[in-house]
Amino acid sequence: MANQEGDHYISYLDQQGKYRGLLAWLLSTDHKRIGLMYFYVIATFFFIAVSLGLLMRTELIAPGETIMSPQTYNGLFTVHGIIMIFIIVIPGLSVVFGNFFLPILIGAKDVAFPKLNLLSFYLFLLGAIMAVLSQFLGDGPPDTGWSFYVPYSVESSTNVIFALTAAFILGFSSILTGINFIVTIHRMRAPGMTFMRMPLFPWSIYATAWIQVLATPIIGITLLMVVAERAFSIGFFDPALGGDPILFQHLFWIYSHPAVYIMILPAMGVVTEIFPTFSQKPVFGYTAIAISSLTIAFIGYFVWGHHMFTSGTSYFSRLFFSLLTFLVAVPSAIKVFNWVATMYGGSIDLKPPLLYAVGFIFLFMIGGLTGLIQGALATNIQVHDTAFVVAHFHYIIFGGMGFAAFAGIHYWYPKMFGKMYNIRFANIAWVVIFTGFNLFYFPQLVIGMQGMPRRYFDYLPQFKTGQVLSTIGSYILVTGLLMMLINLLATRKKGKTAPANPWKGVTLEWQIPSPPPLENFDIIPEIKRRPYFFGESKNEK
Amino acid sequence: MFSEASNVSAGVDKVFAFIIIISLIFLIGISVFIVYTLVRFRRKKGLKAMQFTDNIKLEIIWTVIPIILVLLMFYYGWIAFAPMRKAPPDAMQVKVIGKMWEWIFDYGNGMTSKELVIPLNKAVRLDLVSEDVNHGFFIPAFRVKEDVVPGYNNYMWFIPQYIGNYEILCTQYCGLLHSNMMSKVRVVDQEEYEKWYADLEKASKIPEAEGLIVLRNTGCLACHSIDGSKLVGPTFKDFYGSERTVIANNTETKVIADDAFISRSVYSPDAEIAAGYNKGLMKSYTDVLKEEDLKKINDYLKTLHE
Repeated sequence: MANQEGDHYISYLDQQGKYRGLLAWLLSTDHKRIGLMYFYVIATFFFIAVSLGLLMRTELIAPGETIMSPQTYNGLFTVHGIIMIFIIVIPGLSVVFGNFFLPILIGAKDVAFPKLNLLSFYLFLLGAIMAVLSQFLGDGPPDTGWSFYVPYSVESSTNVIFALTAAFILGFSSILTGINFIVTIHRMRAPGMTFMRMPLFPWSIYATAWIQVLATPIIGITLLMVVAERAFSIGFFDPALGGDPILFQHLFWIYSHPAVYIMILPAMGVVTEIFPTFSQKPVFGYTAIAISSLTIAFIGYFVWGHHMFTSGTSYFSRLFFSLLTFLVAVPSAIKVFNWVATMYGGSIDLKPPLLYAVGFIFLFMIGGLTGLIQGALATNIQVHDTAFVVAHFHYIIFGGMGFAAFAGIHYWYPKMFGKMYNIRFANIAWVVIFTGFNLFYFPQLVIGMQGMPRRYFDYLPQFKTGQVLSTIGSYILVTGLLMMLINLLATRKKGKTAPANPWKGVTLEWQIPSPPPLENFDIIPEIKRRPYFFGESKNEK
Repeated sequence: MFSEASNVSAGVDKVFAFIIIISLIFLIGISVFIVYTLVRFRRKKGLKAMQFTDNIKLEIIWTVIPIILVLLMFYYGWIAFAPMRKAPPDAMQVKVIGKMWEWIFDYGNGMTSKELVIPLNKAVRLDLVSEDVNHGFFIPAFRVKEDVVPGYNNYMWFIPQYIGNYEILCTQYCGLLHSNMMSKVRVVDQEEYEKWYADLEKASKIPEAEGLIVLRNTGCLACHSIDGSKLVGPTFKDFYGSERTVIANNTETKVIADDAFISRSVYSPDAEIAAGYNKGLMKSYTDVLKEEDLKKINDYLKTLHE
C-alpha cells in the first residue's frame, strides 16, 4: 500500500508481528488495534441493546399485554439499561476513539502502558460477556432496572448477583483505562506540545479519565456491598436487615452521576474536533472549552443528589443540589456557544461528520434544556421518575453521546480504514435517524409531563397517542441505524481508497497516512503552536 | 391555563412555563442561527474562512447571561417548591401504605380504604410508609410526588381545590406489577365525605371473613382480584365451582374448580395452567399455606358469587 507521497509503508491493519491471523489482533498491544477491537465489541452490543429497546417499544404500542409478559418486559429494560450504560455509553468513546486517536493527536507512538491497555480490554470483554450471560443463567434475567435500587435488588429472586459482578468488572476496566490515559497525556505528548497546545479531544479525554479513576471505585464497592447483602444477609441497605435504602441511592449516584460526564465529555471532545475541520477555522474560545471540560468534571461530582429529590432527603440538601445542578449547566451552554461561533464565518462543508455534529448540538440542547426543568425543585416533583426523564437522558445520551459517536465514526472512518464511504447514502441515513429520533423521544417529554411514569409495562388510555408515535419513531430510527451500518460495512468491503487527509484537517492524525502505520509517526513531530491553525491569523501565538 | 387542582399545582405550572419559554427562545434562536450560518458560510470559491479565535467581550456576555437565567430558574423552582414541605399542623392525616402492588389508605382506628377519599379545600397530610420495597406516590393532577421508602417516614401534603377523581400512580420501580400499582383520589364535599367516613367506620366493625384475611396476608390478592378485574392471575369472583379450561401436559382439558383443584393449584401451580396465562408466574405455596388456611380460603371463595 502506498500513501500520498508514494512512500511504501505497512499500515497497522496489515502489520505482521509475532502472531498471525486472529491472534495478531487478540494479542496486539497496538492502541489502534485495541481501539478497533473495542469498536467491534461495542457496536455488536449496541445492536443487541437496540433490539431489546425495539421489543419494548413494540410492547408499548398498545396498552395491556401486547407481545410479552410484564416479567419479560422488566427484564428487558433492565438488560437494555445495563448493556447501554455500562458496556456502551460509559466506556464507548474513550475506549474506541480515545485508544485510537489520543496517542496520534498528541504525537505519541502508543499509550503509556500498552499491556495494561490490553488487560483493560479483556476485563471489559469478560464483564460484557457476563452481563449477557446473566440473561440466561440462574433464575431468569435480572429485573431490578439498571440502577439496582435496594431493597428490591436484594429481594428479587432473579440473577442479580451475576449482573452486579459484571458491572463491577466493567468498572475495573474503566479505572485502568483512565489511569493509562492520564499517564499518557502527562508523559507522552510530543515535544513542544504544552497542555495549552493540545487538541481538545485529548483535553476531554483527560477530564474524563480523572472521573473514571476517582468515581468508579465508589460504584465498585457499592455493588460488592449489595452482593454481600444478598449472599450473606449483611445489612447495609435493606431495612429488613437493619440497613438504609437511601444510603444505597447516595452511593449509587455519587458514581452514576459523574458517569454521565464520563460519557458526554468525550462526545463534546469529538465534535470539537469536527467543527474546525469542516469550517476551516480555528476553534473559537479554545481556553474556555478546555477549562469548561475540567469545570464540568469537577462540579459534576457534587450534583448527584438531584436524582433523589423525591426520595425524602432533607429540605436543605434539595436546595443545595438544585443550585449546583443549575451551575453545572453553564459550562455546557458555553461550549454550545463556542461551537456555533467556531462555524460562524468559516468555509463550511456540510459533510456527514458535520451533519452529525450539528445534530448533536440540537439534540444536546433539548437534553440540556429539559434538564433545567428537572433541576428546578418545583417542576422536578412533577417529572421525576416519568417518561420525561427517560426522554431527557436519551436526548443527552443517545442524541448527545450517540450522535457524537456517529459523527466521530464518519469523521475518522477514512483514517481508520483508509477507505471512503458513500457520502450521499450517509446523508440520507442521517435524515432518517434524526427524524426517527425526534419522533421517538419528543412525545415522551409530553406524556412524561402529563404524568406517565417510567418503567411501565402498561399505561393509561390518555397516554396512547404519545406511546404510539414514540413506537413509530423507534422503527424509523432503527431503519436509519441499519442504513448507516450497511453503508459502513459495504465501505469496509469495497469502498474507494480515501486520501490521507480527505477533510483538509490540520490536527496530527491527518498528517500521517491512512490507515496509519504501526507506530503512527516515523519522526515524532515538533509542535510549535496551538492546534487548529488553518492559515494566517491575527491572534496566533 | 395553570392547573388549580391543588394548592401547589399552579405554582409548579408557572415554573414550567417560565423555564420552557426561556428554553424555547434559546433552542429556536440558536437553531435558526446555526442554519443561517450553514447556508451563509457554505464553502464556495472566493469565500475565505475568517480566522478569529477569541472575543473576550462576547464570551463574558454568554457566560454571565446563562448564569443569571439559571439562578432565576433555581430561585423560582425553590419558591414554588418550599410550601410543599411545610404541612400545616392541623392538616387531616392519612397514612398511606405502599406494598407490592397496591395502595392502602389507613384512616386510623382500623379503618382502611383502597381509595383516598378526602374533603374539598381541607389540607391533607399523607404519611408514606412502605411494607416492602421502594414505591413512589404520585398524583399527577396535584403536582405532588414523594417516594415511599421502607424504614423512612416520608410525607407530603396538599389542599385539593376541585371535586373529582384523580389518578394515583407508583413512580418508583417495584417489581412485576409496578405499572398496575394504581389507585384514585376522590375529592368530595364535606357532607359526602362525612357520609363516606361513617360507612367506612361501620364496615370496619363487621369482622372480615377469615379466608379474606388469609388471602390478603399471603399476598394472593396482588395477582387475583375478588371483584372480577383481571390481574396477573384469574379473578376469584365466580370462581369456586365454575368450569375451568386448563392446560395440563400440553393438552387442554376442562376441570371444575373444587377443593381438590384449588389445592393442586396452590401447591403445584405449574401442573395445570389456566388457559391464557403463562407458566412460572405463580410459585408453589407448599410451606406457606396450611391445609386449614386453604379451607378458610375455600369457604370464603364460595361466598364470592353475585
